[in-house]
Amino acid sequence: MTDLAAVEAAITDAHRSDWAGMLAATARVARDLDLAEECVQEAYASAMKSWVDAGIPDKPAAWLTTAAKRRAIDAIRHDRALRSRLPLLVEPEEVLEEATMQELSHGFAEDPSEAVPDDRLRLIFTCCHPALAQEAQVALTLRLVCGVPAPDIARAFLVSETTMAARITRAKKKISTARIPYRVPRPAELPDRLRAVLAVIHLLFTAGHTAPSGASLVRPELVDRAIHLARMLGQLMPDEVEVRGLLALLLATDARRATRVDVDGRLLRLKDQDRSQWDWAALAEADDITLSCLRAGPPGRYVLQAAIASLYARAPSYEQTDWPQIVTLYDKLLDVWPSPVVAINRVVPLAMVTGPETALAELEKLERDGRLSGYQYLPAIKADLLTRLGRTRQATAAYEQALALAANEAERAFLTEQIAKGCAGDD
Amino acid sequence: MAQYAVLIYVQDSAHAPDATPEDTESCDQHSDELVDGGSMVMAYALTPRDMATSISGDAITDGPFVDSKEIVAGFYVIEAPDLDAALEIARFNPVVREGGGVEIRPVHSSYVRGDKQAAE
Repeated sequence: MTDLAAVEAAITDAHRSDWAGMLAATARVARDLDLAEECVQEAYASAMKSWVDAGIPDKPAAWLTTAAKRRAIDAIRHDRALRSRLPLLVEPEEVLEEATMQELSHGFAEDPSEAVPDDRLRLIFTCCHPALAQEAQVALTLRLVCGVPAPDIARAFLVSETTMAARITRAKKKISTARIPYRVPRPAELPDRLRAVLAVIHLLFTAGHTAPSGASLVRPELVDRAIHLARMLGQLMPDEVEVRGLLALLLATDARRATRVDVDGRLLRLKDQDRSQWDWAALAEADDITLSCLRAGPPGRYVLQAAIASLYARAPSYEQTDWPQIVTLYDKLLDVWPSPVVAINRVVPLAMVTGPETALAELEKLERDGRLSGYQYLPAIKADLLTRLGRTRQATAAYEQALALAANEAERAFLTEQIAKGCAGDD
Repeated sequence: MAQYAVLIYVQDSAHAPDATPEDTESCDQHSDELVDGGSMVMAYALTPRDMATSISGDAITDGPFVDSKEIVAGFYVIEAPDLDAALEIARFNPVVREGGGVEIRPVHSSYVRGDKQAAE
């Protein structure tokens, strides 16, 4: 008998680090995402009993994968008729036949993490296929790649469990009915398809970093999942510079997690944060990755964003930030990613270089563009610039505009406080 | 192999009753390519929006059912091993580059008179 706590810990550990590989390998055998999910879950359940009786195996992940695949093969052989009526996952036939036959004749004791890394990539690219809506891509990635239970995903995105379950079911149904193939895209399609995957990971991170609504500023579980995914993708595609750039961006941004709110949960601006409390190990890692990416050739969107985040973090104090260099990086970022959001964020360092007046003119130009009328940080930045110019009344109006657009409680409290200050100053 | 319907959305169909071969040249050429390539299963070019009549409930109205900038100007069915392959075929429809677009839908089942083996 093995200690129950030790078994539970081993299972939790295997769940965290190996779920994606297990599900991906099982899906290739099952050719049905629902069946694969079921088999992996059953494998975990059987591990509980078996490991208590016989001890924890040397390679828990390999044990679990083998168990899940066996179940899938049994299910296919014995009750095909009972299974879902949906068409099977599409993948090149010869690969499937070969893999399945080999497994049936030789058993399959291989370690999923070293033998077939491609399986996880197939899973990721299938979940993030452009034929699926982005909210479905995000939900599927969390469910299938990260193994997060659907009710937890529902809670993270503040929708009902039924809504989330329906979203996931619909996406799976489309994968099998429309025959979205279970494979890594061909080289010609890869850049576009990889962008979609990176966008999903980035969106997950953003939703966790500043929760779109609700009481707390950060949803740590989403942030951690996003970083885990970026790391996994980086290991699977070591030559893709933008993947590493994204990881660096997430690490550098999240390193400030502990200091973004004070003890009462109130928002602290970058200039008011205690830099000694930042996660310096994460910042060092982000810095290393960013530098190696910058050396690898013309930087893409994520590498440049990582470089900006790193540069902000490297300054000994807010005042000593290398503002001109940050503006230069923003200019480069606008070249590769001409997004109005980037143009607005550029105004912040610009104000430090040229003064608030020029920055305000630039911001008002962007405001007239109209594309970002619902973007809460536009009036918030504008309010800050107006405050610095002593135009308190207009600043208060801008803060009120920002408040009307903000749904996160920590941000709302911050904005309300600024409005109160402005009104007090007026008297 | 699976069958996918490709619905063509444009401001209006080029296939007017009095259309000349020049008017429909790019559509016809693309269609011929798919036929030659072996992926075309069937194809229908429809007449312009002015020829459309819609019925909803008891009401009969002149014009397309959905009042929008684009109409379905035609549709065809292609055969492809998976969605990626179907998208790869459909994206070369000339309307995609000419301000219109196409919608790809997996075919559930079909019937064409004289076709004894209806597709599943």
